[in-house]
Amino acid sequence: MSQKVLLNAKEVQIALHRLACQLIENHDTFNNTVLIGIQPRGVFFAERIKTLLETEYKVKNIELGYLDITFYRDDFRRSDKTLEANKTKINFIVEDKNVILIDDVLYTGRSIRAALTAIQSFGRPLEIELLTFIDRRFSRHLPIQPDYRGRQVDSINDEKVRVCWEENDGKDVVYLINN
Amino acid sequence: MSELSVKHLLGIKYITEADIHLIFETADHFKEVINRSIKKVPSLRDITIANLFFENSTRTRLSFELAEKRLSADVINFSASSSSVKKGETLIDTVNNILSMKVDMVVMRHPNPGAGVFLSKHINASIVNAGDGAHEHPTQALLDCYSIRERLGDVAGKNVVIVGDILHSRVALSNIFALQKLGANVKVCGPKTLLPKFIGSLGVDVETDMKKALQWCDVANMLRVQNERMDINYFPTTREYTQQFGLNKAMLDSLDKEIVVMHPGPINRGVEITSDVADSKQAIILDQVQNGVAIRMAVMYLLASKINKNEN
Repeated sequence: MSQKVLLNAKEVQIALHRLACQLIENHDTFNNTVLIGIQPRGVFFAERIKTLLETEYKVKNIELGYLDITFYRDDFRRSDKTLEANKTKINFIVEDKNVILIDDVLYTGRSIRAALTAIQSFGRPLEIELLTFIDRRFSRHLPIQPDYRGRQVDSINDEKVRVCWEENDGKDVVYLINN
Repeated sequence: MSELSVKHLLGIKYITEADIHLIFETADHFKEVINRSIKKVPSLRDITIANLFFENSTRTRLSFELAEKRLSADVINFSASSSSVKKGETLIDTVNNILSMKVDMVVMRHPNPGAGVFLSKHINASIVNAGDGAHEHPTQALLDCYSIRERLGDVAGKNVVIVGDILHSRVALSNIFALQKLGANVKVCGPKTLLPKFIGSLGVDVETDMKKALQWCDVANMLRVQNERMDINYFPTTREYTQQFGLNKAMLDSLDKEIVVMHPGPINRGVEITSDVADSKQAIILDQVQNGVAIRMAVMYLLASKINKNEN
């Protein structure tokens, strides 16, 4: 197994700032916009974006929820590994809101498909956008594309992309792992 | 540990403590799901479940059916009173006929103890025991323990007394197994005629003085007197039973702590429990019913994930 650094801490910072600016361009004060981090690893990225928007760009009162998609996945009873659920925590109304779904890596698009179904259980959003930190292009199984992306990556199926966050994994770094 | 150790839920006796914790953790997620505006997930959309009730039931059956529908399973219902069982068909024949219609899971209530275990040896589908005679009622015990965990934070170390008709109660037996596996201390309390002879071998203490039992416990689980299962008189009159083993407000108030009151339903108001106790804040009877749906969703979800898709 070998791994290559795709983005170091500084590059991660730059990408995060750019994404925050893009979000502000489209959503301004976020008064009708909510962030939804997809469990398990999308929530670290979502928390980071929220903190950045609040501290560096002085956007106030951003609502952030966590969405678990386990029960909506299309590989239940189809994959060898058992699916483990995580906590869903959405303490606000999504009806008629602009929802930004947030995940760390966009690969086949199947998680996002599940998230789109799952979010409907909480109401009918006005609009849903997708923010992913890493977009593994040319590997989609479904017609799903991000509205905001940190970095586009070309990778083959044997490879894995791992996004590490300082608060959870010790440092900000993105690896391309070759098995 | 993210998988059950069993293929069927036949009784608490057959599952491990880790299984129970896994079911509880999964139920936590489903409890959140059933409080959403759309209370449904698509997980079991390719699973068909047959509810076979060879004995009457209202809440268990509704609870199972609701849990199945919340998981998007296809559901067929069967009750013995309107079926070929009356025409003399055997249990295996009845079930195999239903299974040949491509059913993946069977939820069964049956008046004979061990019916689920017997069936599991002869058929291919996953079986959930929804009560077999006076033997076990595992999902009830799971939801009872889950409700205790929800109210008191944990089951381990808690003192639980089960009061009433222990002899005829599958709820009592499953509860004893589940509570012990989770580390609670269990006592039973009731007229000696309604305590089974084997009770000592289960490792539970017997208390015939209701007042002492209440003083000792953190949780009192009040069972219904099962008149329909009594072929002889086990106590002189209902009035006498109520005086000795009924729970009323005055008794609760006389305790120096606030205990949790449970009842698996249906309640005989004024017999084992008075109305003011059943409707008091200390009673978690309706929480039990709500948790029942989440627990049954968890059980069926976890069992379904073990059904091999290639066998269908």
